[in-house]
Amino acid sequence: MSDTHAESIAFVRESSLPPAAPPDKVGGPLKWVKDNLFPTWANALLTVVALYFLYLLLAGSLPWLLNGVWGASSLSECREVLDGATGACFSVLTERWHQLLFGFKYPSDQYWRPTLALVLLFLAVAPVLFIDLPRKMLLFTGIYPFLAFWLIWGGPIWGPLFALVGVVVGYMVYARLVHNSFAKALAAGLLAAIAVWYVGGFIGDALRPASPLLEAVPSRDLGGFMLNMMLGITCVSLSLPIGIALALGRQSHLPIVKGICVVFIEFVRGVPLITLLFVANVMLAYFFPPGSGVDLFIRVVIMITMFSSAYIAEVIRGGLAALPKGQYEAADSLGLDYAQAMRLIILPQALKISIPGIVNIAVGLFKDTTLVSVISLFDIIGMIRGPILASTDWNGVYWELFLFASVLFFIVCYGISQYSQWLERRLATDHR
Amino acid sequence: MKKTVIFGALTVAGLAAGAAGAATLDDVKARGKLNCGVTTGLAGFAAPNANGEWEGFDVAVCRAVAAAVLNDKNAVEFVPTTGKTRFTALASGEIDFLARNTTWTFSRDTDLKFDFIGVNYYDGQGFMVPKALGVSSAKDLDGATVCIQTGTTTELNLADFFRKNNISYEPVPVETNAEGQQQYLAGACDTYTTDASGLAATRATFENPDEHVLLPEIISKEPLGPLVRHGDNDWGDITRWVLNALIAAEELGITSANIEEMAGNTNNPEVARLLGTEGTLGEMIGLDAEWAKRAIMAEGNYGEIFAKNIGEETPIGLARGLNAQWTDGGLLYAPPFR
Repeated sequence: MSDTHAESIAFVRESSLPPAAPPDKVGGPLKWVKDNLFPTWANALLTVVALYFLYLLLAGSLPWLLNGVWGASSLSECREVLDGATGACFSVLTERWHQLLFGFKYPSDQYWRPTLALVLLFLAVAPVLFIDLPRKMLLFTGIYPFLAFWLIWGGPIWGPLFALVGVVVGYMVYARLVHNSFAKALAAGLLAAIAVWYVGGFIGDALRPASPLLEAVPSRDLGGFMLNMMLGITCVSLSLPIGIALALGRQSHLPIVKGICVVFIEFVRGVPLITLLFVANVMLAYFFPPGSGVDLFIRVVIMITMFSSAYIAEVIRGGLAALPKGQYEAADSLGLDYAQAMRLIILPQALKISIPGIVNIAVGLFKDTTLVSVISLFDIIGMIRGPILASTDWNGVYWELFLFASVLFFIVCYGISQYSQWLERRLATDHR
Repeated sequence: MKKTVIFGALTVAGLAAGAAGAATLDDVKARGKLNCGVTTGLAGFAAPNANGEWEGFDVAVCRAVAAAVLNDKNAVEFVPTTGKTRFTALASGEIDFLARNTTWTFSRDTDLKFDFIGVNYYDGQGFMVPKALGVSSAKDLDGATVCIQTGTTTELNLADFFRKNNISYEPVPVETNAEGQQQYLAGACDTYTTDASGLAATRATFENPDEHVLLPEIISKEPLGPLVRHGDNDWGDITRWVLNALIAAEELGITSANIEEMAGNTNNPEVARLLGTEGTLGEMIGLDAEWAKRAIMAEGNYGEIFAKNIGEETPIGLARGLNAQWTDGGLLYAPPFR
C-alpha cells in the first residue's frame, strides 16, 4: 500500500472482519434442535413422548445401577446395607465372578491358562481377520489350536504335539503333490497325517510323564463364559470349511456327493438345535460302553458344528448362485481345473458376497451356545440358573447376573458385527 | 419313521446292556470314584459353594455311600442332571447312583427299570400365593394361573387335583425352581406350586417373606429318595443299607462326634453290630466291618445331615415334620440291623 492517502484517510483496514456467527434461526444448536426434533407438530409430539419414555427408563434404572452394593457376602446382607432403598446387589459378581467366567470346577490357581489362551487367540486370529498383517503370522495361527488345547486341558504335551506334527506332515505331502491333482494330493495328505497320528499315539503313551507340566483338567470341569467362548470359536472355525465343502457338494454334478450333501443339509436344518444337543447328551451315551464314551464337550462340538455348517452351507450356496455364469465360464476358458477355478475365481467372490450371512450365523451360533445349559453343562447361563441361584447366599439375585451375562455377550457380538462391516468396506471392489 | 424304529431299538438294546452290566460295586471300586447324579442346583439339597465343592442334603447321601464303599467321602464324581436327563444318565450307566430329590412312583420303579433304595425326605406338593390375593384354600384357585416345573410329578399332581375338584387353571410352564421363583415374583402367575420344602426354601429368600403364604392343602405324597439301576441287587442292597445306617444311627444316638466312643464301649448289641465291632454284617454285603461307621462319620447321622443343610437353623428353615424318627412321631423307620 502506498502512502498517497496517508494524510487524507485516518484509518485503513488491512484485514477483513472475522465472520459473525450466523443468527440463531439459521444455525447453531437451536436450529439443529428445531430441524431435527421439532420440525412439525407431529414430530414435536413424538419427541416429547420419546423423551418422557427415556426419562422413565433412566429414572427406573439409574438409581438401581448407581446405588449398587459391591462388598456384601450374601443377598440378605445386601438388603441390610440398602435398607429399603433401591439398588442392585452386584456383590454376587465380586464373589462369584470366577465361577461365571471359568465354571465352578476349573482349578482356581490355573485360571491364567485359559486367560493366556484368550490373549493368544487375538494374536492368532489377527492375520486371518486383517489381511494387511504380515503373512508370516499365519504360522502362529496354525500352531494356536494345539497350543490352546494344551493350555486349557493340560496333561502331557505329546497329544497336541503329535497332532500338530501329523498336520504338518500331511500338509507337506499335500504341497508336494498338489501340482498333479488337488484331490489326490488331499487324499495322500490325509493318509499321511492319519499315519503320523496313529504312530504318535503309541509314542505318546510310552512317553507319558508321571506328572505333566500342566495339570490335566477334564472337560467336565470346564464352564462359565469360557465354555461359551470355546464352543463358539471351535464350532464357527470348524463349520466354515465344512460349510464351504457342503455348499460346493450340493452344486456338484456327481449324484452321490450331491445326494449326501442335500440330505445332510436338509436333515440338519429341519431339526432344532436343542434336539441335537439332547441326542448328544442322552442318546449317544447308549451307543458307547459306560465310562468309555466320547467326551461330552466333543459330542456337543460335533452337534453344534453339524448344525451351523448346514446353515453356513446354504448361505454360501446363495453366494455361489449370485455369481454370474460368466465367471464360471471365464474360469473354464482359462483352462483351470475344478479345484483351481473354485479356489482362485469362484470362492473369493462368493465368500465376499456371503460375509453378512456368515457373520449373522456366527453371531447366532455364539448365542446359541447357551443352550448347552439345558443338558447340564455349566456355561455362563447354566452357572447362573444352577449353582449360583441355588446357593443359599444368592438365591433371588436375577437382574445383576443376567445383566452381567448379556454385557459379556454384547461385547463379543458387537465386536464381530463391527469387524464384518469393516471387512465389507475393505473388500468393496465393485463400482457402485 | 424308520429312523425312530432304529433309535427305539437301540435304546432298548442299550437299556438291556446297562441292566445286564451288573456288578456296579466292582466298577466303582475299579474306578476309585462313585459317579453320583445330583441336581444342577437346589438350595439346601445340592449346590456347589463358592469354592466349587458340592454340599447339601442329597450330596451328603452320596458322600456316605462313597465313604462306605471306597473309604473316602470325597471320592465322588458329582454329575449334575436336570429333570429331563436324570433317568437316561442312570439307565445308560453314566452314573451309579442318583440322589436328586426324585419322587418314588410306581412307574419309575417298574416301567423305567429303577430301584428306589428308600426315602430320604418325605415331601408333598403345596401352593404359595401372595397374601394380597386373599386366598385361604387351594380350592379357591379356580381359574388361577399356576407356575409349574415341567417334566416333574408336580405337573401331573396339579392336573389331578384340579380335575378332582372340578376347577380350572392355566399352567405357566417353567424349567427350574429359580425361573419359577422369578416368574411368581414378577406376577406372571397367581400361585407357584412345587414341593412344600422347595416352597419354604423359596419363600425364605424373598425380600418380604411375610407377604406370601403357603396354603394348607398338601395335594400329593412326594417320597423323595435315591435310586439305582434295576438288576444289580447287590449294589442296591449296599446303598439301601447305607441310607438305613444313617437313619438308624440317629435313632441309636450315634453321632459323628461320639462314634469312636460308641464303637469302643457299647453294651447295646445293635450299635455294636452296626459299627462292626460285633457280627459280620459288612461281609454279607461285600464290604468290610466298618462300612457303616465310615458312612456315619462322613457327614454325620441323618439328623445331623438334616440340621446342617436344611434344618431350622439354616436359611432354608425346614421343620422335621414327617421326617422325624418314628419314635418322635415321624415316618423314618430303619429296619433292624441284625
